[in-house]
Amino acid sequence: MGDSRDAKRVRNRLALPYLDAELPLNLDLSRRDILKIAGYGSLAAFIAACGGSPTTTTSLTAKGGAMSLGSYNTDPNSKKGTQAIVDAFTAANGGTKVKLNTVDHGTFQNQISSYLQGTPEDAFTWFSGHRMRFFADKGLATPIDDVWDAVKSNYTEGFAASIKGNDGHAYAIPTDYYPWAVFYRKDVWAQHSYTVPTTWDAFKALCAQMKKDGLTPIAFADKDGWPAQGTFDILNLRLNGYDFHTELLTGKQKWTDPRVTAVYKKWSEITQYYSQAFAGLTWEQGADQLLRKTAGMYLLGLFVSDEFKASGSQADLDQLDFFPFPDMGTQYDAEKALDAPIDVYMLTKKSPTLAANRAQANAFLEFVAKGSTQVLYWQNAPGSIPTATDADTSQYPALTKKAVQIVSNAKRITQYFDRDSRPDYSGPNGMQGFLLKFLANPGQDTTSLQGQMQSFWDSLAPE
Amino acid sequence: MANTTPSLAPVRAQEASEAGALAATRRRRRYTLLTSHDKILIVLMVGVPLTLDLLLIWGPTLASVVLSFTNWDGIGSVTGENFVGFKNYQFMLTGYTLFWPAFTHNLIWLAWLTFIATPLGMFLAVLLDREMRGTRIYQSVFFLPVVLSLVVVGFIWELQYTPTEGFINNAFGLVKSGKLIDWLGNPRINLFAVLVAASWRHIGYIMILYLAGLKSVDPSLREAARVDGATEVQTFFNVVLPVMAPINVIIVVVTAIEALRAFDIAFIINQGKNGLELLSILITNNSISEASLVGFGSAIAVILLVISLGPIILFLSRTMRTTA
Repeated sequence: MGDSRDAKRVRNRLALPYLDAELPLNLDLSRRDILKIAGYGSLAAFIAACGGSPTTTTSLTAKGGAMSLGSYNTDPNSKKGTQAIVDAFTAANGGTKVKLNTVDHGTFQNQISSYLQGTPEDAFTWFSGHRMRFFADKGLATPIDDVWDAVKSNYTEGFAASIKGNDGHAYAIPTDYYPWAVFYRKDVWAQHSYTVPTTWDAFKALCAQMKKDGLTPIAFADKDGWPAQGTFDILNLRLNGYDFHTELLTGKQKWTDPRVTAVYKKWSEITQYYSQAFAGLTWEQGADQLLRKTAGMYLLGLFVSDEFKASGSQADLDQLDFFPFPDMGTQYDAEKALDAPIDVYMLTKKSPTLAANRAQANAFLEFVAKGSTQVLYWQNAPGSIPTATDADTSQYPALTKKAVQIVSNAKRITQYFDRDSRPDYSGPNGMQGFLLKFLANPGQDTTSLQGQMQSFWDSLAPE
Repeated sequence: MANTTPSLAPVRAQEASEAGALAATRRRRRYTLLTSHDKILIVLMVGVPLTLDLLLIWGPTLASVVLSFTNWDGIGSVTGENFVGFKNYQFMLTGYTLFWPAFTHNLIWLAWLTFIATPLGMFLAVLLDREMRGTRIYQSVFFLPVVLSLVVVGFIWELQYTPTEGFINNAFGLVKSGKLIDWLGNPRINLFAVLVAASWRHIGYIMILYLAGLKSVDPSLREAARVDGATEVQTFFNVVLPVMAPINVIIVVVTAIEALRAFDIAFIINQGKNGLELLSILITNNSISEASLVGFGSAIAVILLVISLGPIILFLSRTMRTTA
């Protein structure tokens, strides 16, 4: 492991200067061309089309100067992590002043449209997937192909695909991610000598056994609406595959499809094992059930570990473990697909200072693409795993190592329902509400509910 | 209107006297420009608030009406292509599964406030008006929730209602017996759970309004009624209540407005889904959130505006008639 990582690092060191030199050269040429043959509109248009980025700076990055960053990292750990990154960047980049504007996470998300259209900061924190592509399509984000070309050797193919807009340009630098899996406490499982189920039937048998043993088999908490979408994602991925799932979430398949009915049918087989009164519980309260040993399992993101960490007991955190969602006996089991949402940094379009600060902003994006930067963030917010290939994994605890492993084993990675679909569809008055309706009576004939889901999709204005 | 205007009358009188004083000083300085100064002053005093009103209230209102005929998503400018006619309204009334539930919830909210919370507040006011011992303490206790914002009220009641850790389920031993009641998650009961929380605040508000009215009822009226042999109940319904007519209108309007603008508590609890849909929340979730279906959200807003005009017109016509 160590050797190959070192080899990669050497390769990066070799690769980066080469790319650094090559890109500015290209840009220089196009500028000279424009100056020489200013009248040749067609050629200028050709160059503009090739350029990918409207920057006129002669070099990709610059030291010193200033730039600004809009951040939604407001909870204490991630806020500290962001500040640490910014400070490290200033120190490493010749004292570049970074104006950091931190806005409450929910507010930032809700006001993103008006934020990006107003006078935003140069760079901003965001999500990959549909939510990134949406704003790229609207022309509110700046393509960063030049920066991406300089750093892409530090990323695996999955990450590279996640930051491409519909137009094929790169729009973001992925910096961290967290997988969704089934979490459990090792001590509780040892006490009852449970083993990890790998098939659906084994999973259900385990649930039944847990119920007999007086545990809530599956902690489930859906007051906020989005946690249930994680279960929908994984069931749909296992039963119908990645392609169908992404097509369904983007409207290319119908919600009335019998394959969707099958998902609800399978789902209804385990709802009897859920926490009582789950529609009134927050995900933190669900995590508490696991922490306090009243629940046996919990399907959630790695951020569940934050709740264990917040309990203040390292012993509890050490007991936390997880396994990938069991196979359902379909051809799609082999995809080992899972939700692993990726957080990214992007450049805005309408920032009044971006033209002047572009080189510094590029330098910042390159900086956050480094493994060392991402590890610095991870040390503050351990629920967020670095994305860069050259990240130093030697400090990772077993839980993080395992999380890295199941993601790298996955042949298909999704971003989570509300990042893969349009926000109006996945929101509280859309799919969150529909899933709660389903869960209120899981045994129901879902035909009319699926009809409602489809007609709601059809009603949405074209994007 | 005698009972309600006192709050406004001194302000008006003060404004008038200030204006008079200002005009007087100027009059002394420059005789020739007397009338035009007066005119300027009047134009300023009427014009500035009017401009602000048009700009900040009627401007956006009209903009909402216009936007309700578009499919604008809040990005870029509105162009001719965005106009979709009555499509938003058509879908809202026929296809949108949340509109009628939200409408019904607002009606339930209105009915609950009108028939339960408001009468309770009035009843408390009548009791406290009797100058029993500790009246002030009771007044403060009942009024306390009014000081809190509805967001805080939402948080407080969330703590009471939470299934596993909440006060109510624990106090009744439901957690131990394992028969949890999901106060906020069960769509059949969560609206009423939220209404109890909203009433907790509303009752205090109505109480203080009504108490102020009761204090200004001429005591001789009651004495006269008593001399005539009327019972307490008869006195209240036949003498006090008619005298309180202006206050009653205010109470009715306040109640209606509270029901129409209901938003905060439900939004805090679960962003208005799963049985807590309200018109105001649908507007927010559609037009302000990341979804930014501004056109569709505006259509719902226009419906809410039309409904709101009812109590507003009632209130204004009442006010204007009495002042005239």
